[in-house]
Amino acid sequence: MEKNKTKRVSGLARPAFRSKLITYVLAAGFFGVSALLVQAEVAGSLYEGLLIPMCCYIMMAVSLNLTVGILGELSLGHAGFMCVGAYVGAVFSIVTRTAIPSAWIRFPLALLLGGLTAALFGVVIGIPILRLRGDYLAIVTLAFGEIIRKLVENLYIAVDANGLHFSFAKAIDPLSMDLATKKDILNGPMAVSGIPRDTTLLLAVLFVMLTLFVVMNLIDSRSGRAIMAIRDNRIAAEATGISITKHKLIVFTVSAFFAGLAGVLYAHSSTLKSTQFDYNLSIQILVFVVLGGIGSTRGAMIATVILYALPELLRFLQDYRMLVYAIVLIVMMLLNNNARFHQLKQTLFQRKAKEETT
Amino acid sequence: MSFLEVTNIGISFGGLRAVDDFCLHIEKGELYGLIGPNGAGKTTVFNLLTGVYKPDRGTIVLDGENLTGKSPIEINQHGMARTFQNIRLFHNLSVLDNVKVGLHNQIPYSALEGVLRLPRYRKAEREMDEKAEELLEVFDLQGEKDYLSSNLPYGKQRKLEIARALATNPKLLLLDEPAAGMNPNETEELMETIQLVRKRFDMTILLIEHDMKLVSGICEELTVLNFGSILAQGKTSQVLNNPDVITAYLGE
Ligand SMILES: Nc1ncnc2c1ncn2[C@@H]1O[C@H](COP(=O)(O)OP(=O)(O)OP(=O)(O)O)[C@@H](O)[C@H]1O
Ligand SMILES: [Mg+2]
Repeated sequence: MEKNKTKRVSGLARPAFRSKLITYVLAAGFFGVSALLVQAEVAGSLYEGLLIPMCCYIMMAVSLNLTVGILGELSLGHAGFMCVGAYVGAVFSIVTRTAIPSAWIRFPLALLLGGLTAALFGVVIGIPILRLRGDYLAIVTLAFGEIIRKLVENLYIAVDANGLHFSFAKAIDPLSMDLATKKDILNGPMAVSGIPRDTTLLLAVLFVMLTLFVVMNLIDSRSGRAIMAIRDNRIAAEATGISITKHKLIVFTVSAFFAGLAGVLYAHSSTLKSTQFDYNLSIQILVFVVLGGIGSTRGAMIATVILYALPELLRFLQDYRMLVYAIVLIVMMLLNNNARFHQLKQTLFQRKAKEETT
Repeated sequence: MSFLEVTNIGISFGGLRAVDDFCLHIEKGELYGLIGPNGAGKTTVFNLLTGVYKPDRGTIVLDGENLTGKSPIEINQHGMARTFQNIRLFHNLSVLDNVKVGLHNQIPYSALEGVLRLPRYRKAEREMDEKAEELLEVFDLQGEKDYLSSNLPYGKQRKLEIARALATNPKLLLLDEPAAGMNPNETEELMETIQLVRKRFDMTILLIEHDMKLVSGICEELTVLNFGSILAQGKTSQVLNNPDVITAYLGE
């Protein structure tokens, strides 16, 4: 108690600070060790290939947790924002590849553009559904995710000496183009090729850190408290002068922005195909959030690492793979509801009830 | 013109006229009671005053500002704060954070300043901590400030709700059955706290209560509601001796 008081006066060592520090250290430590293992060739290329997507999914889970765990609204369309970011970033990079040869300039622009466009979608989707809650919101976001994917799947973009050519639902007529300089960018449902592989593991980890930094600081601030107040009791929050509209929009925007960034990073690390962003991905990310203990940023991150890597690393089990995966899911679910496990966690990380949400 | 001037407000739910032709004049610094049998429409009056429901007629003016038809958020920002009959705390937040949510509009800084941990954030948070702890001390809750609010015993939850309402720096405080579910000792203590709040913050208070001991002990004026209409209005001692009021409470 006494110690707490002296700390508070300085204003710097707020108790939530330690909790956040643990999260940063865990993230940096895990990826640091992973990178070393890969370097030393202890871990194989299979593992190496998992690390960048894992970073993207951590960003997805942490940003979705802001909507689901902190605001308390069920969203089933998070993959849609990732899809927006991925395609905007990819198209930008392909188009400007010759104009801006330096990845140091091009890639930050692609990231910014992808993230901002996704955030814009967050606002545009957010405004009409501000009044929706619970099941209705879930249905609308689910539809949004699928619509985005279907739109992208039907989009044809090509470039030639005359400029960009767009077409929707049917391929671009080759005769309308200058064949000598023609280059396909998006070809409907076909995988997108020619995206520069600009995403490095270091960069992906840095973006995980950025996501953690922004999301955790937002939660542990005036706005975060207001958002959680809305989650806990909307009527009391309004009576206390908290604007529901403003805070919901903050959440939708920030959440979509980081999903968009994750999409750009993902698109610049592997092949891009619209089917990757279907509703299964949204659900998968939601599973990470739920099994990480809804509302816990660190939990979402840890659950993503375990649940994303596991099915891949268990490939050697062949047919038993999904069985083991299912058992792990059940164990995590049980642990989540186990008071003793929570006590253990508390003593391990020495956190108080108040920090549960960071 | 009175500090709070409510004229002829009313609302219907389906065929039921829950509140009809309700008028209320409260002077600054007064401690005013709203009583009546179950289902009389008392909570509905609070919901009308705080903008949860829009009155279908009439006006609400607080300190010269017309608040009729405004949203609950605007009404809070114009100086009305309330507690709820069935406690509504932010149950996953700590006791301290519940009060800090109340300070949201009092000590503002932007979301960006918060994320980037700019000096404004540090200064404002420190100020909020101090202010919130000061308020908690008034209600003798400082020892539980880091508890999850849902872990507080019932009586303390009621007190925390009042502290949170006061944090929004209101001109008028509305308390909906603050003594509900308290034992006589707790009620006694609550009466003292309400008096203290009134003195210390120079607060005007309107409260709904069933506990007649509390009402007759601290309220200066009363309005009695019955079936949505005003049955009696005036000085506490007079109203409580009014034969109509006695029949309404004891039944025909
Ligand atoms: N939202 C609503 N929809 C329909 N009817 C309502 C609504 N709110 C209140 N009522 C009705 O209005 C009447 C007055 O209710 P109110 O809650 O204001 O009573 P009260 O005086 O606070 O009673 P109590 O002492 O039990 O708290 C009741 O008949 C109630 O059923
Ligand atoms: Mg009531």
